[in-house]
Order: sequence, then C-alpha cells, then structure tokens
Amino acid sequence: MTTRYTKDHEWVRLEGDVAIVGITQYAAEQLGDVVYAELPDAGKSFAQGDDMAVVESAKTASDVYAPISGEVVEANGEIKNENWQIINDAPQAGGWFVKLKPSNKAEIDALMDEAAYADYVKGL
Amino acid sequence: MITETTSGNRGLLQAEPLIFETGHATSMGVDLPAPKGTANKLGGLTRKAPLDLPGLSEPETMRHFVRLSQKNYAIDLGLFPLGSCTMKHNPRLNERAARFEGFADLHPLQPVSTVQGALELMDELAHWLCTLTGMPAVALSPKAGAHGEMCGMLAIKAALAARGEGETRKRVLVPSSAHGTNPATAAAAGFTVDEIPARDDGRVHLDDVKAKLGPDVAAIMITNPNTCGLFEPEIKNIADAIHAAGAYFYCDGANYNAIVGKVRPGDLGVDAMHINLHKTFSTPHGGGGPGAGPTVLSAALAPFAPVPHIVLKGGKRELREHSEGTQAFGRMCAFHGQMGMFTRALTYMLSHGSDGLRQVAEDAVLNANYLLARLKPHFAAPFGDRPCMHEVLLDDSSIKPKGVETIDMAKALLDEGYHPFTTYFPLVVHGAMLIEPTETVPKRELVRFADVMIALAERVNAGDVQFFKQAPKLTPMRRLDDTRAARQPKLRWRRGSNEAPAQAAE
Repeated sequence: MTTRYTKDHEWVRLEGDVAIVGITQYAAEQLGDVVYAELPDAGKSFAQGDDMAVVESAKTASDVYAPISGEVVEANGEIKNENWQIINDAPQAGGWFVKLKPSNKAEIDALMDEAAYADYVKGL
Repeated sequence: MITETTSGNRGLLQAEPLIFETGHATSMGVDLPAPKGTANKLGGLTRKAPLDLPGLSEPETMRHFVRLSQKNYAIDLGLFPLGSCTMKHNPRLNERAARFEGFADLHPLQPVSTVQGALELMDELAHWLCTLTGMPAVALSPKAGAHGEMCGMLAIKAALAARGEGETRKRVLVPSSAHGTNPATAAAAGFTVDEIPARDDGRVHLDDVKAKLGPDVAAIMITNPNTCGLFEPEIKNIADAIHAAGAYFYCDGANYNAIVGKVRPGDLGVDAMHINLHKTFSTPHGGGGPGAGPTVLSAALAPFAPVPHIVLKGGKRELREHSEGTQAFGRMCAFHGQMGMFTRALTYMLSHGSDGLRQVAEDAVLNANYLLARLKPHFAAPFGDRPCMHEVLLDDSSIKPKGVETIDMAKALLDEGYHPFTTYFPLVVHGAMLIEPTETVPKRELVRFADVMIALAERVNAGDVQFFKQAPKLTPMRRLDDTRAARQPKLRWRRGSNEAPAQAAE
C-alpha cells in the first residue's frame, strides 16, 4: 500500500482497514533527538487537522496533526514505553505513532504521494 | 569534570563539588556549648539517624559560595546577546534608589497613611508608562511578561462578558512566530488558539488576518517588533480590521525596547500590552529577578483593570483593594506587585528623560544593525535584505551542510567567553540564532563579538567540524548530553547514587 504525506510532515499508510500514522524522516531529522512524545489513547476520535499528538526534542516541541479523520485503534506501545529513540531510528517504520480507523478513506488519496512530498521538502 | 590538572582547578577557576560531597556532619562553622537544663521532651519521636547535613567551617562555606558565584555568567561580566530577552546593563543608580529604606523596608499591610511616598512613586510610574505608550490605564501588579499577558487576556475576557459575548467569542489569533507564552496564555484564559501561518518575509499580513476573522474571534496577539526582529508594517491596518470585527488587539510588549519613546502603542490601536520592566526599563532579570509586567489598557479595557487601584482623594492616595462595585475582573496577585522593580524602572526613566529613552531605542536598533551588517556576509540572514530592529536573526542553513549546526556555534561561543545567543527560536526559522546586543554594549565589545562570530564562520569554512563538536573545552563542564539529560532526568541528588555527569559522545 502506498504511503501518503502531509505538508506538516506526517505520513499515513493504509493497511487493510487501518491507517498507520507517524512523522516523516524529514521531520525526525529536523527535530533532532526526541526526548518526549505524547500519543492519544485508543478510542479517541480526531477530525483531519486536529492536534493529535505532541513530540518534543532538545530543540523544540511540536504538535502532530491528524493527517486524516478517524478513531485511534492503537497507539505505539514502544513510544508509550518511552523508547523515544525509535522515533529517530525508524520514524517511518517502527516509530509509527498511532493506528487510526479512517472515517473517510478518500482523505488519504487527496494527500501527497512520495514524489510530491519529496518535491515539497526540496522546496523548504 | 576537568581532568587536565591534578587539582581539578583551571588557573584561577576553582573546581567545586556539591556541598553535600565536601561537607561532613562533624564540622561546623560555630561552636556552641551543649544545651543545659532542657530535658528532651520528644519521647519516641527522637530522631534515630543523623540528619546528614553537610557541615562546613566558615572559610569552607565562604569559598564554596564564592566559587559557585564565579561559575555564573552575568550581564555585569560580559555581553549577554540572548535574543528576545533584552539583557541590558542594570544601572547602579537604580539599585541605590531601590535600597532607600522608605521604598525597600515596607510591608504590604502597613497602614496606607505610612506609605504615601511609595504610592506616589507607583502612581508616577503608572503615569509615565501611560504617557510613553499613549494608553489611558495601566495595571502595575503583574509580576512578569506572561503574567501581564494573562492580565490583558483576562481584561479582554471581562470586556467580552460585559458585552454579552463571553460565550460566543472564544477564538484567539496568534501568528506562528509568537512567543510560546502567547498561545499558552490564551489557552490558560479559556480561549482556543488559531495560528496565523508564517510568510516568507517574516511578517504578519493583513490578508491572512482578515481570512481568519469572524464573529467568534475574541482577540489577536501580536508581538511588535516581532520575534524575527522586524517591525510589523501593517500593524495599524490589522488593528483596524480586528476592531471592525469586534475583537481586541493584545500586543506582546517583550520587544518594546526597540520602539520606546519612538512609537506609542496606543496610536497603533493596541488594547492591551504588557511592558517587561526587566527588559525595557533595565530592572535585573535572568536569575537576578524578579521581573515585573505592568499591563497598559485601552479605554475599552480600562474599566476592567484588576485591583488594587491607586485613588487620589483630597491630596492623599488610597488603595482600592476590592473589586465589588467596580468592573475590575479581580486581582493578579496578593498585594501590589514588585515594588523594588517599580523603583528601579522609574529611576531609569527619570534619569534618562524622554530624549534618553528615545536614544535607548535608536542605539539598540543601531547596534543590532551593526551586527547584521558585519555578520551577513558570513552567515545566512533570512530577512537580512532589509534593516532589522533591535535583534539580528541568523540561521544555520549556510553552515549546516558543512556539518556545523546552531547548537555547535552556541557551544563554541562559550569557549570564547560569551553567553550564547538564543538558539532555535523563533520556530518559524529552522536553526535560528537570535542575537540581541542591546544599546548598553560598548562599540569595542560589539566589534570583538562580531570578530569572534566571523572567526567561527571561517573555521567552519576551513572544515574544522571536530572543533565545534567538541566545544566547549574551556568551561567548568564540557559538553553535556542534552538528550540523555532530558530522557533520563535526575532531579534529586542522593548520597552514593550520583554518577559523573554525562558527556556527549564525540
């Protein structure tokens, strides 16, 4: 399944009925070493663009927005267990933030694909 | 720890462990005879183990604290170019006035008849703050910048409630370049925050504000000059648009030093603005505080100013302490604010005069532009195509590809004997280095600082990345592991469980 990206540097990938969401490699590099993250609990619902999570590094603190609307079915246990390093090591794999049940799958298709996001980052 | 010398000292800089590591329960500074004739009445409550307090002789105690004080960096020691903080010299005249016993040795519950001079001083300070800002009222009591923000936003909340719009106007607009306290204050005051995205020129645009306006907007919070060190040219039009939409304009006065005596915020349409006395009016801060954040209010908000109010009646000043029978929204603190800061700030104002205060702003801006002109050829200056106000914003985009980031540049400055500039703020510029020299830096010091920055840039160009990654080398502590300190904070020292401080991997 293809991965889609937002301008706020979140990625989302649909696997079956569940969308996996995290922050991009670019975002993780910009943040530097992550020292804290706060993920929403399962069962919480978000509209696209809502503040969904918080991620902090030694440099800065950032809001992470819901890239699509949906309900949290699972938050990453590794991060909940304070393994912040996984966000730096593998932001687009093991360092995912949450799994969402999308309320409108069409929102995913409207996001940038990998090539468009790469172009977007190049322009920053 | 320092390892290059046997003693651990570095020249005249003494190494000093924690007091708990040197003191021992058996020594003490004074010998007192054992108490006689008092029976122990504690019964079963007698302490079973010693207290484990560090005992030191008097000379050891003296040396401990003097050694610690020598590790402190201070505005009285050198340039403190921390952007957004206005670390200017605190004139000694202020200190002398603040120590006059009629101002220093007061109790807030003393009869009002015995503190007429202090009240007159507060009233006079209020008068000049209002005159300088072109605003009709001021609340002196807020104790810091963010406390002043809270005062302003609570006044706005009270004004909206009095109009019957307290439940409908909940949205506060905040540009993404704002100080973090702005959205935090709005949220703490019960509003929701709506961010105005940054533009490439670092300024807030009228069109972006208009696009966000609606019947649910309570206020906008704008810093002017803003955190990029730029004056907001559309500020008056933004204020007009905000007022036309029925909302209020909160101005963050943190950067007032750049415009004091030159621009009256009241003329720009500001409804509320805090004034950091500890920045613009030179009262001590940064560990030497406390701060003070008097908040000036427009005619629309003045009726809601918090108590206490100083009221002149028949030649005597009275304090109105209770909000009953007034529209005051309440009070900001138990008593009347920071008296010592009021005395210092008024002394500063009166000793400078109106021409002197104008020169403060002019010289602050001139000094920043000197640094901008010297540093622009050597560093990326995101808004460097035009003059700046009181601070210079650089970023690490030109040095990062060579392996050196903002944090490394800051650490290298420590070895050069400077407190670093503000790092990674404002957030709208990646790798920001925000430098505010203030007007109190002598020319030769400015020249030397610019020389140091340029020499560091040349070292980057020469490819000496290791120099930066290992910095600082000359400080009492070498580079600390920020990441580990944040991930595994040790907030309490325990005997036997402390380890050597974590050093960053090199």
